[in-house]
Amino acid sequence: MAAVAPRTAARLRGIGPRRHFSQRAGGGAGLRVAEESRASSFCPPARSCNDWIGPPDRHSNLRPIIFHIPKNESPLEQRLREFRQETQVWNQQFWASQNVSFRKGKEEFIYSRLKMKGLEMKDETGQKATLNAEEMADFYKDFLSKNFKKHMCYNREWYKRNFTITFLMGQVAFARAWRKLAWKKTKVEN
Amino acid sequence: MSAARRCGPRWALPGLFVWHPHKQAVWQMPCKLVHCCGVVNKRWITFQHLKFLKRLNVTRYNKNLSQQAKPKPDSVAPPFLEKKHLDQEKTVICEIRSVSPLHTPLSETSNGNEFKAVNSTAVVDDLATAVGAESKEEKQWKEMKLQLDDLPGILARLSKIKLTALVVSTASAGFAMAPVPFDLTCFLLTSVGTGLASCAANAINQFFEVPFDSNMNRTKNRPLVRGQISPLLAVSFATSCAVPGITLLTLGVNPLTGALGAFNIFLYTCCYTPMKRMSIANTWVGAVVGAIPPVMGWTAATCSLDAGALLLGGILYSWQFPHFNALSWGLREDYSRGGYCMMSVTHPTMCRRVALRHCLALIGLSTMAPVLNVTTWHFPLISLPINLYISYLGFRFYRDADRSSSRKLFFCSLWHLPLLLFLMLMCKKSLLEKGDKIELLS
Repeated sequence: MAAVAPRTAARLRGIGPRRHFSQRAGGGAGLRVAEESRASSFCPPARSCNDWIGPPDRHSNLRPIIFHIPKNESPLEQRLREFRQETQVWNQQFWASQNVSFRKGKEEFIYSRLKMKGLEMKDETGQKATLNAEEMADFYKDFLSKNFKKHMCYNREWYKRNFTITFLMGQVAFARAWRKLAWKKTKVEN
Repeated sequence: MSAARRCGPRWALPGLFVWHPHKQAVWQMPCKLVHCCGVVNKRWITFQHLKFLKRLNVTRYNKNLSQQAKPKPDSVAPPFLEKKHLDQEKTVICEIRSVSPLHTPLSETSNGNEFKAVNSTAVVDDLATAVGAESKEEKQWKEMKLQLDDLPGILARLSKIKLTALVVSTASAGFAMAPVPFDLTCFLLTSVGTGLASCAANAINQFFEVPFDSNMNRTKNRPLVRGQISPLLAVSFATSCAVPGITLLTLGVNPLTGALGAFNIFLYTCCYTPMKRMSIANTWVGAVVGAIPPVMGWTAATCSLDAGALLLGGILYSWQFPHFNALSWGLREDYSRGGYCMMSVTHPTMCRRVALRHCLALIGLSTMAPVLNVTTWHFPLISLPINLYISYLGFRFYRDADRSSSRKLFFCSLWHLPLLLFLMLMCKKSLLEKGDKIELLS
């Protein structure tokens, strides 16, 4: 492989977070499935100086972001980017496992109810048998109460992270504006 | 289903054009914005399309190994992308090699070259399909760059502009029902101030709920979910709406209306929104949020919080329950999966009972209107048929507890409230008493 220019290396690092994301080992088959589905081959164009956002993930329904690393990234900007990346991973893991466990629980519930009724999973026409919303109500109530504590912890953490990210974004925006102002002042003085 | 009911404030005068479940909750902004989006999309497709064509050329050239490699294109491709193409070319070569030896004996009997060509074409087609699917996925990746052309549309969706418009209508109804001469300036200031406050509250609500909105069909196309706007910009927008809005209400109208507006923003963003995921009490808090705008309209006109204001607020409050509970009946799966604590999931019987109770309460509140000198006695009589009808549907929902009855009740609530407020306006108690009228005439 030919030696790459520093700028290209920086761009290559731009896909680092995505590789980093897919390398993260999580617990449970649901999480591994979630991460495999995220192993997209998309790479942002090298010219781009912005983040890129993708289609919703199959399991978590969250849209992945590939974060751009500017060539003169400040420590604050790096902290923001890494925190956002970490939050993305954390969110992905939570919602992927949540949705996968919901689907699994729903299938098991339908199976057990149909078995109780003496029905098969597939009816005469070959269509998958389902229960209506009234019959599923017990499952919905049960699932919600089982996951209540999990959601409480998630909510607290999410609110903290969301505020932190926004606050850091504010700091970064302010720092950039300040630098620009200082640079313009120096230019005018010169 | 309604975007407003689950995530929006309960301070709405709904219209069929907002809450019709069969329609997508698509925001219809001026055509130029749609056109701009289309232009952007076209540009994006063209870029990706060219990339796709480049790869097809590579695979076709490589189906016969004896051929020369495709000459490098003249366009300056970034070294990073070129590296990617080389990788894919290598992949293609490996695939073809593994297939050819297997079919060599067969090719001797038939036209060997044709068979090899067909086989290679089949492999190439499979790869082309895979590449096509990949290219399709690539097209879905968007650069997170704020387009100024799109900004008005994005902010409109962020502030739930249709819902805001309906909130302003309820505030206007409150203003119009107040027993004071109509002041146009005050009316306009109240409307603008209430509108700005509503925009701010809705923006903050969306800011808090990004991962939850991503997981619901109805809300998955919101601007923050799609990355069209950054959280910082959303918060800045909310602040730049809230501050002028509340200032306008406080200084331009009166401090009481300003305080109510500020309190409502707080109630919606800091109480109702987090509570949705903690306790079913969120429905009652949300009903208060929905009841406050007509109270604000009344206080803007009269500078006082009197019985008439509370009556109007009470009507809006009671209306929220049949409206929302019926709607939430069809969203139980999403609520359960998303972790939302709603009566329809946790306490289904209470959900239906509360809806029926408040349908009946509307009859009682309508009867109170002439008692409090808000309307004439015509109002309870004229409004009785529609109040009885919604109560009947509420009873059916309570008894049957199925999707059909919930939808009927929900649809009824959509036209019931606008009609009720209209009838109220028609039957508004005149400002002049009989004695004053005689004096004027003589």
